[in-house]
Amino acid sequence: MARFIFGRVVQSLILLCLVSMIGFAVLHLAPGGPLAQFALVPGMSQADIARIAAQMGLDRPLPIQYWEWFTRLLLGDWGNSYRDSQPVLSVIGSRLGATLQLMVTATLIAIVLGVWIGVMGAIRRYSVFDYLGTIGAMIALSIPTFWFGLVMIYIFSVKLGWLPSGNRSTVGDGSFFDYAYHLIAPSIVLALVEVAVWSRYMRSSMLDVINQDFIRTARAKGLPERVVLFHHTMRNALLPMITLAGLELPVLLSGALVTETVFTWPGMGRLFLDSLGYRDYPVVMGILMFSAVLVLVGNLLADCFCAIADPRIRLD
Amino acid sequence: MMVKAVDYLEEDPVLTVVKQPRSANRAWQRFRRHRLAMFGVFMIVLLVLATAVGPHLIPFDDLFIDIRNRFAPPLSGAHVLGTDPLGRDLAARLLMAGRISLTVGFAAMVISTIIGTVIGVVAGFYGRIVGTILMRFVDAILCFPTIFLVLALAALIKPSVVTITLIIAATGWMEVARVVESQIRTLRERDFATAALMMGASDRYIMFRELIPNAIGPIVVAATLCIARAILMEAYVSFLGYGIQPPAASWGNMLNNAQQYLGSAPWLAIFPGLMITLAVTSFNFIGDGLRDALDARLDVS
Repeated sequence: MARFIFGRVVQSLILLCLVSMIGFAVLHLAPGGPLAQFALVPGMSQADIARIAAQMGLDRPLPIQYWEWFTRLLLGDWGNSYRDSQPVLSVIGSRLGATLQLMVTATLIAIVLGVWIGVMGAIRRYSVFDYLGTIGAMIALSIPTFWFGLVMIYIFSVKLGWLPSGNRSTVGDGSFFDYAYHLIAPSIVLALVEVAVWSRYMRSSMLDVINQDFIRTARAKGLPERVVLFHHTMRNALLPMITLAGLELPVLLSGALVTETVFTWPGMGRLFLDSLGYRDYPVVMGILMFSAVLVLVGNLLADCFCAIADPRIRLD
Repeated sequence: MMVKAVDYLEEDPVLTVVKQPRSANRAWQRFRRHRLAMFGVFMIVLLVLATAVGPHLIPFDDLFIDIRNRFAPPLSGAHVLGTDPLGRDLAARLLMAGRISLTVGFAAMVISTIIGTVIGVVAGFYGRIVGTILMRFVDAILCFPTIFLVLALAALIKPSVVTITLIIAATGWMEVARVVESQIRTLRERDFATAALMMGASDRYIMFRELIPNAIGPIVVAATLCIARAILMEAYVSFLGYGIQPPAASWGNMLNNAQQYLGSAPWLAIFPGLMITLAVTSFNFIGDGLRDALDARLDVS
């Protein structure tokens, strides 16, 4: 077990190095590189820019610059925002809660609905329910998240007036009920794609397990079908879903960015877009790296949980 | 020629005498029976024809501004689908936007399929250190949520149709590379690959003339799903304001300002979204049909 986790941690660290190289490359891709924002300032001469570049150490060879950037990254010094001079990590930290709230709620909806649709689809294979589930999942995967958000706002906020059209809470009302009320529409919108993915994976995972020998044994020894399906099959079919939760993190983060934009949700995705508008590169780079590291850590945790839950994985 | 002489050696001589239909034919028959896939093909043909011919048939120009006729609802007058805040005909804009959105999706698919195939085949063929480095690199890119990466690149580089296509292609080849790599890794061990090696064929010849033609099925499936993803990605980026820039229309940027008129002019939000969903669903259906049709394991049953 310890060996398995150690191996996965080493793999993740190698991946972290590669991820940071990609981030560094993106940073230097901008015309003018990290100096792009100074080039826009009026009255800035070529000599001034060269002086700033030397001060910032940008005239040194790229590998040295990368090493310095990477070590500062590891030490938690991610630079300051151009907008309000706050440290990037604390700017991100102040918005992280809202995004996580949205992502966790959406994932819970996806787990409950997706697992249910997947299990029912697998049990009643090729039934009307199964076909509708399959087609519905493919359509759900094709609907642009932001458009689904607009349709939700149009139906439930504009026409019916049941749900708020945005924001995390009503100003002056900080009750739990108010927060939950504002959370309904955005989390459903974000969950749509996830429900589709979870139901597909759950269905095929159920079918994989249901054809195995130990299920035949369980049936042969006369266990009620209910016990076979929900105790033996579903328990085993749920194991790969732990990995799926990790794998879906980037998709979930992408979706959160779009959902937050439509619902003016004060989260990390919204911060990313605002920072792009202000050309606030330290924050943009910070969020880019932060989300990649979040995905890395999420996948690592998912694999470790999977190994704890399923001893067969550790032996590979 | 897709079928190589060495391939015949692998087939059962008894079966080949009984004149089996060629596997391409069988795949085509399976594909034609796949109703959703046929629906997808029909819709895509319809969309391509409509965007190619339609703008010439509509009596309005997509950029013609008519302030007196702004916010005309659908089916109310000369404008079948209504007009936008500047009085421009929505139907004409939808079709012109379709040209851009479909072209960007298709071009991005071609580029990312080429990148993905080349990287996948090199990684799968050489394996060991080269393969490991390349595939870990793919894993590393996949750690970034795609939209964050695309937006950051689009904001740094001056947006135009060409750059947006390149950015979407540059962030969309990883799935193809994974598919190709796993295919090539198993194909490399097959007898026909060994035979080609023994005949003294160069690495390049084996990779591109022997291995890739045999992996063409999964590549086609991945490419089809790649178009769907590219169209969706263009819509996202344009909706967020960093993609196709006005006055040029794309399905995504038509939705850009639609939110503020949701109460008064909901059709501005409904139609472009429907077009995106239709196009992406169709490509996903086709991809699903191709996957089923090209999966030779189904032949056994």
